[in-house]
Amino acid sequence: MKSFLETLRKLWADPMGKIGMIGVFLLIAMAICAPLLAPYPYDQIGMRFQPPSAEHIFGTDKFGRDIFSRVLYGAQVSIQVGVIAVGIGAVCGYLLGLVAGYFEGVVDRVIMCVMDVLFAFPSILLAIFISAVLGKGIGPTMVAIGIVNIPVFCRTVRAAVISAKGLEYVQNAKSVGVKTWPLLLHHISPNVVAPFTVQVTLALSGAILTEATLSFLGMGIQPPSPSWGSMLSEARADMARSPWVALFPLLFIVVTILIFNILGDSLRDVLDPKLKV
Amino acid sequence: MEHLLEMRNLSIDLFRGKKQPPVKLVEGIDLNIDKKQTFGVVGESGCGKSITCSTLMGLLSFPLSVGKGSSIRFQRADGSEVELTNVSKAEMRRIRGKEISMIFQEPMTALDPMYTIEEQIQETLRFHTDMNRAQMHAAALEMLQKVKIPRAEEVLKDYPHHLSGGMLQRVMIAIALINNPRLLIADEPTTALDVTIQAQILDLMNDLRESYDTSVIMITHDLGVIAETCEQVAVFYAGQVIEQASVEAIFHEAAHPYTSGLLKSVTSLGGAQKELYAIRGTVPTAGNFSAGCRFADRCEYCEERCRAQVPPLVEIAPGHLCRCFLHPARKEGEA
Repeated sequence: MKSFLETLRKLWADPMGKIGMIGVFLLIAMAICAPLLAPYPYDQIGMRFQPPSAEHIFGTDKFGRDIFSRVLYGAQVSIQVGVIAVGIGAVCGYLLGLVAGYFEGVVDRVIMCVMDVLFAFPSILLAIFISAVLGKGIGPTMVAIGIVNIPVFCRTVRAAVISAKGLEYVQNAKSVGVKTWPLLLHHISPNVVAPFTVQVTLALSGAILTEATLSFLGMGIQPPSPSWGSMLSEARADMARSPWVALFPLLFIVVTILIFNILGDSLRDVLDPKLKV
Repeated sequence: MEHLLEMRNLSIDLFRGKKQPPVKLVEGIDLNIDKKQTFGVVGESGCGKSITCSTLMGLLSFPLSVGKGSSIRFQRADGSEVELTNVSKAEMRRIRGKEISMIFQEPMTALDPMYTIEEQIQETLRFHTDMNRAQMHAAALEMLQKVKIPRAEEVLKDYPHHLSGGMLQRVMIAIALINNPRLLIADEPTTALDVTIQAQILDLMNDLRESYDTSVIMITHDLGVIAETCEQVAVFYAGQVIEQASVEAIFHEAAHPYTSGLLKSVTSLGGAQKELYAIRGTVPTAGNFSAGCRFADRCEYCEERCRAQVPPLVEIAPGHLCRCFLHPARKEGEA
């Protein structure tokens, strides 16, 4: 807990970290407060293709729904999908990586072989494949993106475990009779935290992007649920006539990805002991 | 079984792939450790001292493994015997830290920087006893006082980086001895420490060994440490024991050319400044041993048969074993 606060403090001291933290905070606040902030329900139909005005600050889409409200609710979807999908990927990847790295041998080879197979597919193709199998909607989308994320986490954790395993204090703990799981949990896991945390932030932006892509392709979140990706998809036909319909969801996707990447980068600088001066 | 520990024909294999035979890093080690004995293991770096002792703790991991036909028998606290090369993992965990403990070379890296000294001492207790928190605290405190750490109560709350190397080595000794093990393996316990601290740590180990009735295996390349602490000594060279005797015999009647070379290369304070003696060449790497005596290439007395045949380890005097063809001849030649 103490080191967590310490990390946050250091992150705050870094200008880029500060931007990232504020950005992520605003984004989460926006998602949580969407029902309060949104001037209209996300599926209320009105005048079609109205340009941005005082009444509809981002304009309206082809069904006359308020784009600003939809973007706010879309943030909810994006964050929810991002967090849960990364959660699935991170937990599974962490456990597999821990086991592969610690036990080596056959277990390691089997796990890493499966991971390599998953890695071999372009991630978007794999996500499409998995959601095609599981079906459409928010749940299957999260699972699909989660599975796509497993190999990256598995690799990261495995590498950290292998290097930690050789540390003398791990050998020492073993030599006083510490059992395998306590050893993994107490002595090896702390060495995994730093690369793992960085990977989580970076994976979040990736997951949000993948969700947008899937929805854009019609595989992910289904109408009328607002998702930045599906909004973009719906706007495609009318882009020339009323560009604001596509512009605002796109802007939010770009800014969100950027913010998470900035946070991830600066978190890496803060947590990597090799970069400490 | 009369000894605490009996190693018979111990060998350690290095796996090099399915198609190649494994390299024997250590071969044909026979050692007996008696109760309450301090047993010295000397040799240059890379002679197999440390991995031999890791084997005792069951700490070998892939690609290293214990070779066929090896046997290590250990007498447990309840009087039963156990074969350490063939014991279940759960059983080995009960032995580690409870009946056989180990002190590592680098105290600075052997403690986990994430946990306080108290937590690390208690870890050992938690796995081997059913003490409650208060009892563990009391036991940890008492142990720190036994290893002569000043202001022990405060040190318990410190993290490893708060303490100096000498203090940390004391903590390591405390952790190793807290369960009153029957055998303590000290893997170069003083190498990373400066000279004055070395003497203190050795004194401390001697004191504690007597009060705890623990046998000690002292691994070192420092003959001074051996002279100070040990009763029996085995000299390792290239994965073999080349000489084994009581400490007096080793220092006064060294029989093997390698042992006498080691003794000659010890520096001493005072005396005329001479060029430092060194045995020429380096230890051959595992897999490149010559067919005959492994020391042949570096030996100043080397003869033809030394290169052709492996010299056996023979008893040249009661309790004094030496692996050299030339032993009697060499003595006469010098006389």
